[in-house]
Amino acid sequence: MTTLFWLRLRQKIMPVLCLLMLLPLWELICWGFAIPDFVLPSPSAIGKAFVNVSAERWLGHLSATLSIAISGFLLSLIISIPLAMLMVRFEFFSKTLYPLLIVIQSTPVIAIAPMLIVMFGAGFAPRLTITTLITFFPLVISATTGMRSTPPELIELSKSLKAPRYKEILQIRLPYAVPHIFNGMKIAITLSIIGAVVAEFVSAERGLGYFVQFSMSFFEIPQAFAALIFLSLTSLVLFRAISLLQSWLFAWSLPKT
Amino acid sequence: MTVHVEFNNISHSYITDSGEPLQVLDDVSFSIDKGEFVAVLGPSGCGKSTLLRLLTGLFQPTIGEVSIYGNTVIEPQDGIGIVFQKPTLLPWLNVVDNVLFPIRHKHGWVSRESREQALALLKMAGLEDFSKHMPDQLSGGMQQRVGIVRALLLEPEILIMDEPFSALDALSREEMGFELLSLWHKKPKTVLFITHSISEAVLLADKVLVLSSRPARIAETITIDMPRPRNTESIHHPNFNQYTQAIRELIYQPA
Repeated sequence: MTTLFWLRLRQKIMPVLCLLMLLPLWELICWGFAIPDFVLPSPSAIGKAFVNVSAERWLGHLSATLSIAISGFLLSLIISIPLAMLMVRFEFFSKTLYPLLIVIQSTPVIAIAPMLIVMFGAGFAPRLTITTLITFFPLVISATTGMRSTPPELIELSKSLKAPRYKEILQIRLPYAVPHIFNGMKIAITLSIIGAVVAEFVSAERGLGYFVQFSMSFFEIPQAFAALIFLSLTSLVLFRAISLLQSWLFAWSLPKT
Repeated sequence: MTVHVEFNNISHSYITDSGEPLQVLDDVSFSIDKGEFVAVLGPSGCGKSTLLRLLTGLFQPTIGEVSIYGNTVIEPQDGIGIVFQKPTLLPWLNVVDNVLFPIRHKHGWVSRESREQALALLKMAGLEDFSKHMPDQLSGGMQQRVGIVRALLLEPEILIMDEPFSALDALSREEMGFELLSLWHKKPKTVLFITHSISEAVLLADKVLVLSSRPARIAETITIDMPRPRNTESIHHPNFNQYTQAIRELIYQPA
């Protein structure tokens, strides 16, 4: 019992410890080679920059980025699941839409971001569109793959019971796709932060992505790094939140160890 | 004995991916009496499963017809329970909800009587302590037992089983066979049982149909004359070896 506890704790702590051990090395390199802050800021400089910005300002930027990332992610989820259901139900839909989806996915969102700003103006709409576009693909693909990987015997069972097709999709295929959908959601949630940052790079006056760019343009490199680390941490927390949501709502769908 | 199920001059071909027709069944005819246990034996890939699926009414034979009580099967029928090779339980439902799933799926709701009936059937299958367990907490044999109970819940007159025990280890396989027989004695059904185990077919069935390799024809119909109820002792019955030997010769003879 106790040994297992320590084993688990060690597994969780080791990666963090590993990262922490890199910090003094980083500091030492910056100091030893006298690397200027605008080339590679030392951890201490980044820490100082982080503290120099007020918590209020950080939270303001964080909430701006989070609201775009999460609303884009949710919109994607709301569109992609029903679309995947239609694509699995009607061969016609799948044949028509699939190539279109691949075309959209192959178009670099970063390249069309400025065009979207021209189309929709500089408000919330283009940012939401960018985040939705970037998170959409993994969700549709994971949902359709999941629904198609349902054991054929169960589909046969459904047909032999003369159940309507929508029940086959809702009561058999969709639940079967849950583990796949959560894998897609884990990818999509980290992409949503990327989408929000891309949108902020193109047009914004708030947000962590905007703050990175703002700091760079004023040569506040340590501050830019601080914002960058903040972004990574946010992404990590969101990723973890999806995992927790899965173990909380769909414990049966977790891989068995 | 009334004739329950009839296969009349069934031939069936699939269109393969390359567009070529592939004949799997060639002029197969047989009938099953009400309450009879019929096992179908044949080399793998010979079309046994096709034969079984024709009875579900999910598709029609290219030539010939399948009938139940003289009525041609043209669509899925009520009163047929299917047990698959794999248990294929729904991993998000516990055992009793898995058993009730066909009713919920078909009618949208489950009555108190159905639930009680499900629990009674689970008890009969020795699973009363596991009704709240999730499928992944059960062994392969127990999962397949749940699969059988699921097929029995709608009170089918016909039970079709597609190599139901082939994914189990040899010991549980034998045990499950005898458990199936005891369920069958308590709730008599007409059974069409596909297998590729000769001893399993002889131990369980009233009649064994031996199929030839593809396209399958009926090579021989063997009526198994051994007393019921059958159990582990039945293996020592003088007829047992005679039957298995005869079937083995049929299967291994050059085409």
